[in-house]
Amino acid sequence: MELCSFLTIDSFIRDPLTHDFMRKALLMSSLVAAVCGFLSSYLTLKGWALMGDAVSHSVMPGVVVAYALGLPFSLGAFIFGVGSVALIGFIKQKSRVKEDTVIGLVFTGFFALGIVLVSKIKSNIDLHSILFGSPLGISLSDVKQTIIISLLVVILLSIFRKDLMLYCFDPRHAKTVGINVFFLHYLLLTCLSLAAVVGLQSVGIILVVAMLITPGATAYLLTDKFDNMTVIAVLSAIISSLIGIYISFWFDLETGGSIVLAQTFIFLFAFLFAPRYGIFKLKKLFAGYK
Amino acid sequence: MESINYQNFRIDAENICVDYNGKVALYDANLRLKPGQICGLVGMNGAGKTTFFNALTGFVNISKGKIRINGESVRSAQKDQTIAYVPQNEGIDSQFPISVWDVVMMGRYGSMNIFRCPRESDVQAVKDAIERVDLTDHLSTPIGNLSGGQRKRTFLARAIAQRASILLLDEPFSGVDIRTEKLISELFIQFKNEGKTILLSTHDMIHVREFCDLVLLINKTVVAYGETSEVFTPENITTTFGGISPDFLFGPES
Repeated sequence: MELCSFLTIDSFIRDPLTHDFMRKALLMSSLVAAVCGFLSSYLTLKGWALMGDAVSHSVMPGVVVAYALGLPFSLGAFIFGVGSVALIGFIKQKSRVKEDTVIGLVFTGFFALGIVLVSKIKSNIDLHSILFGSPLGISLSDVKQTIIISLLVVILLSIFRKDLMLYCFDPRHAKTVGINVFFLHYLLLTCLSLAAVVGLQSVGIILVVAMLITPGATAYLLTDKFDNMTVIAVLSAIISSLIGIYISFWFDLETGGSIVLAQTFIFLFAFLFAPRYGIFKLKKLFAGYK
Repeated sequence: MESINYQNFRIDAENICVDYNGKVALYDANLRLKPGQICGLVGMNGAGKTTFFNALTGFVNISKGKIRINGESVRSAQKDQTIAYVPQNEGIDSQFPISVWDVVMMGRYGSMNIFRCPRESDVQAVKDAIERVDLTDHLSTPIGNLSGGQRKRTFLARAIAQRASILLLDEPFSGVDIRTEKLISELFIQFKNEGKTILLSTHDMIHVREFCDLVLLINKTVVAYGETSEVFTPENITTTFGGISPDFLFGPES
């Protein structure tokens, strides 16, 4: 019966919008995608993909504890996100274990702690929505929190846009000219934790790292200018969110997974057809016709 | 140059030590440089050349000793944009999506407001610097599309735009074309005449003889320091390179 609706693109797009929860999901997911996309430019250039994965998994116990205590979940997530990074730094410095090993063992430890905690206080927590996201079931208080955190991250990133770019590119020069590199390092980590917190509502803890790196990676293949990279990352993130949610609505698929899959397809498209850096270099193909 | 007080060294490093988590990278190192001096920093890989640079820029903290830049602390030298660091080509991500103009503009960041909005004077400084390294045709070229020599010149331009009085150059001649090498040597003479102080690390012994008034030979600590003509002897070089003969390192004519 739904097939009839497919006959026009118009109804494909409009029908979901008649549902209140769909309008909310589309809006909130776009906002979250934009924030994560903005940040992803920095994370991919800094080489923090694994760090993004670590922080996003490590927020799990924070979310659980915050729910149990009736605190804003963002607060708990933030504390555990930053805490995991501090612990990674500490263990790395005090032992001979290699950094990627330390990152791997710390975040899985935190994640496991979160799962154990959920099983202990399961009464009011929906494990499935934490792990896989629930953009369609987002509550009003979550909406408020998400908007506040998103604005905060966007404002911070906008103010320190150029400093963060310099920090990713050449921290030694930044330090030499008196720019506070320590502050920028923790600023980027803070934004990462906060973005992971809002991102997990859309796609869940397990996949949130995709929101934090895929748009940046896609944009990196498409441009040689940092500002353009940020814009492309944000746009591709938003578009993937919208596509993902529509697809999941019409085909009854898991929403978080659909959003990330949409991002992956956009990346693959760039990987194959990016004008300069794609495998088939579209520019050259077109040039052949002239 | 004569009017400058003898005690006013541009760089005055006294007995500095640097260790990374208990591993000593540099100990009891001394260096004093005056305006207009060019000093070569020579040592093996891992002898502490980069560590020395890092200590002077404040990128690592010294565990012992004292560093004065123009008689002040490293921290205030950072604030005053006194020191510029020109990295090795290998030390930077050449695939970073950034243009020549943007890199050179980074030389001005330290003296801009918090949003790093370029003023008229910053734009002019960047233009002038790019002109001096002969890259005006490449203003908006991404650094990934530059040759090794052009990239080196981009970072030199950044140091020029910064208007630093001390330049630290890590292997300025490695992997550059002849044109760039010539341009860099001309710039060195100009910098010297402008009274800038230059400390450069190099593997190429010929460059030391050609450009450096002074030479600092290090192997975790200072092996020898002084006028190039006096200190840059085969014996000292052999000691610096752990007993390997300089004949082996750079030909019998040395």
